[in-house]
Amino acid sequence: MNGYLRVGLILTGFLAALILLGMFWTPYDPQAMSVGPKLAPPSLQHLMGTDKFGRDIFSRVLQGAGTTSIIALSTVAIGAVCGTAVGALTGYFGGLADEILMRLNDALTAFPSILLALVVISILGPGKKRNVILALGLVFIPSFARITRTAFASLRDANYVKSARLMGASPARILLVHILPNTVSVLLPAVTIGFNNAVLAEASMSFLCIGVTPPDASLGYMLSEAQGMLNAPWYVIGTGLMIVLMVFGVGLIGEGLQRRDKGVA
Amino acid sequence: MKKKFLALVLLMTLLGTVLSGCGDGSAAETQKSRADTNELVVGIAQDLDDSLDPHKTVKAGTREVMFNVFEGLMKPTPDGDLTPAIAEKYEVSEDRRTYTFHLREGVQFHNGEMVTAEDVVYSIQRCAAATETGIVQVEAFSVIDDLKAVDERTVSITISEPSNEFISYLTTAILPAGYDKQGTDPVGTGPFKFVSRTAQDSVVLEKFDGYWGTPAQLDKVTLKIMENADSLMMSLQSGAIDLCAHLTSTQVAQLKENFNVAEGTMNLVQAMYLNNAVVPFDDVRVRQAVSYAVDKQEIIDLAFDGYGSPIGSSMYPAFGKYFDDSLTNYYTKDVEKAKALLAEAGYPDGFDMTITVPSNYKPHMDTAEVLVQQLAAIGVNATIEPIEWESWVSDVYVGRQFQSTVVGVDASNMTARALLERFTSDYGKNFINYNNAEYDALFQQTLTAYDDAEQTAIYKQMLANLTENAANAYIQDLADLVAVRKGVEGVTFYPIYVLDLANLQYTA
Repeated sequence: MNGYLRVGLILTGFLAALILLGMFWTPYDPQAMSVGPKLAPPSLQHLMGTDKFGRDIFSRVLQGAGTTSIIALSTVAIGAVCGTAVGALTGYFGGLADEILMRLNDALTAFPSILLALVVISILGPGKKRNVILALGLVFIPSFARITRTAFASLRDANYVKSARLMGASPARILLVHILPNTVSVLLPAVTIGFNNAVLAEASMSFLCIGVTPPDASLGYMLSEAQGMLNAPWYVIGTGLMIVLMVFGVGLIGEGLQRRDKGVA
Repeated sequence: MKKKFLALVLLMTLLGTVLSGCGDGSAAETQKSRADTNELVVGIAQDLDDSLDPHKTVKAGTREVMFNVFEGLMKPTPDGDLTPAIAEKYEVSEDRRTYTFHLREGVQFHNGEMVTAEDVVYSIQRCAAATETGIVQVEAFSVIDDLKAVDERTVSITISEPSNEFISYLTTAILPAGYDKQGTDPVGTGPFKFVSRTAQDSVVLEKFDGYWGTPAQLDKVTLKIMENADSLMMSLQSGAIDLCAHLTSTQVAQLKENFNVAEGTMNLVQAMYLNNAVVPFDDVRVRQAVSYAVDKQEIIDLAFDGYGSPIGSSMYPAFGKYFDDSLTNYYTKDVEKAKALLAEAGYPDGFDMTITVPSNYKPHMDTAEVLVQQLAAIGVNATIEPIEWESWVSDVYVGRQFQSTVVGVDASNMTARALLERFTSDYGKNFINYNNAEYDALFQQTLTAYDDAEQTAIYKQMLANLTENAANAYIQDLADLVAVRKGVEGVTFYPIYVLDLANLQYTA
């Protein structure tokens, strides 16, 4: 275990514990208004101060981080599972289907991801967590498909795969049992990077008022509220810090994993 | 590590001081020179990029500025009445169908020509017929039977049937007959004349020396176009801009040091509009319960830092003639009463509802957030459904597919009718599906009540009717916050969307 991995795991573990705690207990009701004075600076009662409705920012950051991580995790799950399936099939079998799917993939990648998510959201309807997850999940499929396709295509002609094929193993067995475990070193970093992108994408969408609906807290929406409030810098700092730490922690894990596989410390 | 961090912080602070220091210095100087030459720089949020021809202008932002350049036979006053402008006086015939306008002597266009009856006939005809492309037809002029210049300074207009609102449309700008460059080089009769416009940068107005009335106090006004809110704030803080209207309470909080804040009203009826035709809001008791749940002052304090005027019906305070303050506190927050009404209506445990809000209007989103909290107190579980403005217009306003919505409704022209006709049961824009026989009957009465006092009394009854039946949960008229540099005064508010520059002046 290298330094990156260690620090990343500690940071992420700490945040995860905090977020888990936030799901059951927060210092104040995150939605309750006027629990403190309006726009009060950080103090012992309000660790990150209060917003303009007099809500406790720390409680809202905890709840918002929970919402954001659930969305990010589900999004990455959709992207990784569907993307890997597409990548595995096209990479292993090749042929015309491969050509068509990959060109489709190129076409999808050509759109900025937020724009694509916007289109999907406007079809599904805004303001629902489920729709945000679906929209972002769809957007994340192409990158996973591309990464896994390369891995599967390069392993397709490996000797142990040929042997398995000779022994009469079914394609499903070859894909799942023989090749998939060997692509983990590619997949894991992709998942961590994907998670970070999903956190940022959710934040951007809520920032644009098409993600999570107020009064539910979401880090992105809170940032958009904090925008322009130069007289209450703690609002943007508290919220922004949470996003930075979440992304930083998971990013370190990804970096650590890659370094471990390459054998560098 | 710690030292490095400290050094960084110090550096940033230093840099900040230096930058802001030199900014203030130079800006203060230009400001002083502006005061010496009696000039003012005003920030506006959008370019005047539609036609400058007042008969073709569609954007509110353009009309707001060009109010200073043009005048009609009549013009609006700050308290919501009309006063003769180009006309000196007018008479209405016995059968209330013929209006005779006597033009004021010595009214000049900015190009030096005198205003004649010819010009008045030309201008009104232009808006009535809309023969030229791009002219916004004035629907109310379709009732004109006869329009003629009796002599050089007298115009008579005959309409097909008496109308109480007709006179309010005669604020239509009077333009010199036959002049064809209005779109780019407009000529009017107002206290300011148009000098130039640089696209996406600025518009320059200058005092018109030949103005017939009280002349403008300033010699020159530059309207600086600032589409980005952040750069607008920076320009205000650095002293590059002296005045800006339509700011938020958060923005003015950052300007306290060098600016005075004038609080006017936006002239909007902000409410949680309820669809009176759908369950559960088809029951008057439920609507009343919701009205008892809403604490207007709390919304104003929490979401608007205390700026805003609570209202109790579809009328805003600036329209003093009709505004009835006794309706404002008809419903005061009373959770017990609200719960009792809900129980009576068959919802002892409350119900679920959605509040549809146009998501690009932050004030309405913020209001909805507080409403959710207030409704929760009476057991009503409200969720916010953000929606694009275009979808709001098509689904909510036109399609009437909604339960409740938070928006501000304004008046298309300065009459009570513009605000109140919309709730008559068969009116096309009655988006809340309000259906009240008494209300409809009252409205019919206003159409034939030609005595101003009598008509006003009926309109007030209509307002009370809306309140008593809790047609909507009324909240407030949003504050229009104007930041004006210390040393400048004369901000005047109107019940319509205009920025009057003529009264602004430097105090010694």
